[in-house]
Amino acid sequence: MEYTVQTDIKSSMLVSLGVQRRVLHALLMREIITRFGRENLGVLWLVGEPMLFTMGIVTLWSAIGLHHGSPIPIVAFAVTGYSSVLLWRNCATRAGGAIAQNKQLLFHRNVRVIDVLITRIIIEIGGATGSFIMLSLLFIFVGWMPMPDDLLEVVFGWTMLAWFGASLALLIGAGTAFSEIVERLWHPVSYLMFPISGAAFMVDWLPQGLQNVVLLLPMVHGVEILREGYFGNSVRTHYDLGYMAMCCLVLSLAGLYIVHAASRRVEF
Amino acid sequence: MLALEHVSKVYSTRHGARGILKDISFQLGRGENLGILGRNGAGKSTLIRLISGAERPTSGRILRSMRVSWPLAFGGAFQIHLTGLDNLKFVCRIHGVDYRPLIPFVEEFTELGIYFREPVWHYSHGMLTRLAFALSMAIEFDCFLIDEAMVVGDVRFHERCHLELFHKRKDRAFILVSHDANVIKLYCKRACVLHEGHLLPFPTVDAAYDFYQATMAERPEPVES
Repeated sequence: MEYTVQTDIKSSMLVSLGVQRRVLHALLMREIITRFGRENLGVLWLVGEPMLFTMGIVTLWSAIGLHHGSPIPIVAFAVTGYSSVLLWRNCATRAGGAIAQNKQLLFHRNVRVIDVLITRIIIEIGGATGSFIMLSLLFIFVGWMPMPDDLLEVVFGWTMLAWFGASLALLIGAGTAFSEIVERLWHPVSYLMFPISGAAFMVDWLPQGLQNVVLLLPMVHGVEILREGYFGNSVRTHYDLGYMAMCCLVLSLAGLYIVHAASRRVEF
Repeated sequence: MLALEHVSKVYSTRHGARGILKDISFQLGRGENLGILGRNGAGKSTLIRLISGAERPTSGRILRSMRVSWPLAFGGAFQIHLTGLDNLKFVCRIHGVDYRPLIPFVEEFTELGIYFREPVWHYSHGMLTRLAFALSMAIEFDCFLIDEAMVVGDVRFHERCHLELFHKRKDRAFILVSHDANVIKLYCKRACVLHEGHLLPFPTVDAAYDFYQATMAERPEPVES
């Protein structure tokens, strides 16, 4: 029988995958309609909202010349930087309320805590990625941004940042099942991390001592990879892929463990 | 088959751990039914949540080899921005059922008219209950979980629920929890009493009924937790 998941010993891997796909599809549709509605632009807001944020930042940073006379164009600098912040920060922030807002869905026995979190992660990664692509195309078209130097490396850096965001989201999302303090702390932490996350500077611009400090943060490496891919040899980048991958791996495993523990703790 | 093996549930409160359900075991085969009597606060709804899988037991195991429903007419999982139709689509997707052939039944049963395609936050309480009940009927389960307190409505609604559940689906298993001994007596072949965290079995429904009436007379109802 393809119905039961957790307790039916006979259910094969393939059947479980089918259930997983169905549940995620159902949750995604539900979440998207709930959040963006059917009125006016509807689901386009998923991409439109981060686009508006990023355009605001582009305007602001252009006005104050935040790139410190670097040869790279400010618009491209701002788009690559702020989009990457939205990518990891929105994942974790939206995962924060996910369990509390969706726990009634656990009455449908195929829906588990991890499904609720994965749904939000997919939506946030989708929105941030759509916004990054749309803005890049738009600005390249009007000539404010160059074409990426190495598209594959851009995709790779973006994927690493998405992995970081997803692992953070599992941790924060499941952590709230243990204590609401997790979510309360996350807001100031994410806010304070923005200026040191590598979005608003290149590591190379910093003095040596400070470089070593910011490079402790995994997402800084991701942004450096992304920008190396985008600007090529016109920028000097500093990153350690192995270090970032290790951080993401540890965060992911810790996140999955806490999700597992959290699903035993949900109470009504 | 549905089987509970030594299931316990403990909630932590500010006054320490509180055991709501203590070492509960029973089995329910296909087509069988079980009535569970308990006064307010006895842990009936907690037991239903554990059986439905929404919450996990603190200890013990729950084995299900038949499709067990969510609590009948439970509307808590409705998203108020979604329409009745959206909610039907949602539960159908979760359970892997095509929603299209079910639309006529749900429309007919709920009598929602144009509101079937309006957001749920425009619904009255009665409309919500009818929709929730219809969705429970739309998915084919082998065992229904019925918390009598959730299925509230007028006489006509009750008659139609009765028809759908106990006539059209009389081959299915069900667990009915209620504080009303007469309801259990009317529908169930077997009854237990949930008393101070323990599930006490009785040879006949009448014996359970008598015990329950006696405990009701004994002392006032405990304060709802």
